[in-house]
Amino acid sequence: MEVTLRVFRFNPETDERPRWQEYRVTVEDYATVLDALIEVRESVDETLALRCSCRSHICGSCAMRINRRSGLACKTKVREVADADGVVTVEPMATMRVIKDLVVDLEPFFDKVRAVEPYLQPAGPPPEREYIASHEDMENVKGAQACILCGACVSACTVMEVDGSFLGPTALAKAWRFVADPRDAADEKRLTALSGPGGIWDCTHCFMCVEVCPKGVAPMERILDLRRRAMEAGLTDNNGSRHSQAFVDSISESGWLDETKVAIRSTSGPLELLGWAPVGIRSFVRGKVPLRHYKRPGAEHVKRIFRRLGELDGKGRRGRPGAGAGARAATPSNAPGKAGDAQ
Amino acid sequence: MILSPMPEHDVLVVGAGLAGMRAAIEAQREGADVALMSKVYPVRSHSNAAQGGINAALSEGDSWESHAYDTVKGSDYLGDQDAIEILAREAPAAIVELENFGVAFNRDEHGRLGSRFFGGAEHARTYFVGDFTGQAILHVMFEQLLKHGLTTYDEWFVTQLVKDDQGAVRGVVALDMKSGRLELFRAKAVVFATGGMGRVYEPSTNALICTGDGMALAYRAGANLLDMEMVQFHPTTLKGNGALLSEAARGEGAYLLNKDGERFMKKTAPNKMELASRDVVSRAEQVEINEGRGVDGCVLLDMRHLGAELILERLPQIRELALEFLGVDIIHEPVPVRPGMHYQMGGIKADVEGRTTLDGLFAAGECACVSVHGGNRLGANSLLETVVFGRRAGRAAAQYAKSVGAPRVSEAWLRDEERFIASLFDRPPGERAAALRLEMGQTMTRDVGVFRTGEGLESARRTIAELKERWERVSVGDKGRVFNTNLVSVLELRNMLDLAEAVVASAIFRTESRGAHARLDYPKRDDANWLVHTVCRHTAAGPELSTMPVVITRWEPEERHY
Repeated sequence: MEVTLRVFRFNPETDERPRWQEYRVTVEDYATVLDALIEVRESVDETLALRCSCRSHICGSCAMRINRRSGLACKTKVREVADADGVVTVEPMATMRVIKDLVVDLEPFFDKVRAVEPYLQPAGPPPEREYIASHEDMENVKGAQACILCGACVSACTVMEVDGSFLGPTALAKAWRFVADPRDAADEKRLTALSGPGGIWDCTHCFMCVEVCPKGVAPMERILDLRRRAMEAGLTDNNGSRHSQAFVDSISESGWLDETKVAIRSTSGPLELLGWAPVGIRSFVRGKVPLRHYKRPGAEHVKRIFRRLGELDGKGRRGRPGAGAGARAATPSNAPGKAGDAQ
Repeated sequence: MILSPMPEHDVLVVGAGLAGMRAAIEAQREGADVALMSKVYPVRSHSNAAQGGINAALSEGDSWESHAYDTVKGSDYLGDQDAIEILAREAPAAIVELENFGVAFNRDEHGRLGSRFFGGAEHARTYFVGDFTGQAILHVMFEQLLKHGLTTYDEWFVTQLVKDDQGAVRGVVALDMKSGRLELFRAKAVVFATGGMGRVYEPSTNALICTGDGMALAYRAGANLLDMEMVQFHPTTLKGNGALLSEAARGEGAYLLNKDGERFMKKTAPNKMELASRDVVSRAEQVEINEGRGVDGCVLLDMRHLGAELILERLPQIRELALEFLGVDIIHEPVPVRPGMHYQMGGIKADVEGRTTLDGLFAAGECACVSVHGGNRLGANSLLETVVFGRRAGRAAAQYAKSVGAPRVSEAWLRDEERFIASLFDRPPGERAAALRLEMGQTMTRDVGVFRTGEGLESARRTIAELKERWERVSVGDKGRVFNTNLVSVLELRNMLDLAEAVVASAIFRTESRGAHARLDYPKRDDANWLVHTVCRHTAAGPELSTMPVVITRWEPEERHY
């Protein structure tokens, strides 16, 4: 079958700016986008630069954007992505600096992985033999150990797109792997560090990382679990967890979101609130600040649900604002302009 | 111009897969200043591809002797038994160490390590993480690398081993792929853990990076290669693109059928059937294909009787591969498979401390031949080899480094390499590296495959010699310096052609059939003359062959029955 690859080209030695180049090649019916790119490199244009190795989605080398979507070229079938004219667009990963063509600078990516101290930190010296751990716990950890550090989730991350200080889905999923591991004894230190700026509370739950991950790691789910664990560990003195709690409180009190109250309660106090005044004023001018908040009809039923949930996990009304509770809301801990669902 | 200080380390490890990382960690523990260099980032290494698991006699009723015996028998008695004893004895501690590092190994109901059966083994001694054991271990080893704060040179391609005036290896010249700059690295000891050479064949289950660079560099620098004719063909690679279907399929009970629906393994391995050692199964398949009982150049791997439930739970990747590439659903149909090049048992001759025949050069992992696999490697012994002998090579290299003075090597090494690379760029437009590689690979598969003949091998020798000549006219179409993968592919092809020549010469030399080396013109194993290693040395006139005794400690050679 014939395919036209529309490839992002950039040679720092000769090009002032990136350009597009089209290649028409014939490939097998079951060919992947990587097969097609290799065919280009071997038979048409030897100057095309890309990273690739295993061809079986285990080494993580060939992450790139195919028709704007981040993923592994070796896991993407040509016939599944080619448009009606047989065209496939191929670009380097986003949120990373291009070195040449499809090759990006991975140093910042690995720096972030390094930043979460990604190695087992057990209590005391190792046992005589293996650590005793349940099959379920190991299966749980295995889910995150399936990560191949390809970078696709970072390329697709909508926070990293605007905020380079965010640790990002790869590093946070890696961090989760240790927090979830019964053999690791550094949970408190890890969760404290992860609750800081650039950490777990900067995710906007856009689901992109979950969608593009070629190994089913679902980084966002792990970030939300880290939040839950951090709050359970009492790490609540930050805007992220205050926001989460305020959200839950608002829903359980009135049956829906009191945006003004949630915004106010998410801050550490009047001083910080003052700093947000310009945003507040702008929001007010544009009619984004509801002046009055009504209880929804049926709010009592919502309250009852919360009460029942509280009984179930034995924690009273202030339940567990974990996965989903804070979803689709702008988190004040984010810098203005990158609010999750403000767009 | 700013002159950066010449990089210098006590120990420089080249290759950052499992063997290389384990070596680097151990060398640092021994107090050495260590750096790790690889043409890819460590987590991209081919150790990733190991699926099934890693062997150790850890369970009750099993013993290191049993593991060692299975390995000796699997090797067709060509493995050195002193080395195999070390492999089997150190295996339990190696697996426990990996667990302690953080590998999420499968557990039993008591929370202890749980194992599975694998081909050629008498006990269930294969420990695993789902069906991605190699990847899980590689990434945990990378975590340890970060914990130890080791210096890495990522995406540096080594082009030359460097020696001092006494002929001892004291560093390398390497190409920084990101800038295109060559650099001279000085080191008191160099450890090669550069992996296999699968790309010498086409097709191969190996990754594109498996081009045997370390083997070729050591060979050209004068190190002996051992048993290069021992190339493993995996019995179940997919028709078409040659993707690997794990031994786990047969471990779970899959049948191999010929076109008449006959389980042909009963003819050659009535007891173990489909779970005989890989050389035996691949040969049986090839016989069926050659004698007209195959299906379009393949035999059939049949899993229908296992049922949808088991397939979906334990063999999902195999199902996905067959569906993806052939449109075959293994729940309802058998899938066509054939033997495919998978592993190089031979390599740089190394002793149990990783010492090669070159002073200052150590080797571990697939690039080395210790030799624990002899004529045929058992599944799940390769991951084991990387950690056991990686650790030993790292320790030995660090100790060696303490015994020698500062490395003294001439800058001329760098200038020579710069001239050589410049000469490649200056070549007029000529042949493409990819075309030559394909021709080499197809020649090797046809003439140096599962079955070999003197005639076919001679033909391969001529073809490879011709390709080597044509390599001199291969041009580098990409004239840029930054991330020039074209230049690297030309250098890799040079390495592969040298190794192809060594494989062919070694296969011509061994006039018997043993392990993976099956000659139709010498169909019998010949212990009287050939219970020896093949030694291959590089000379200006071509490969020079000789033999070396096999170490036998307690298991006298017997005829193999499975």
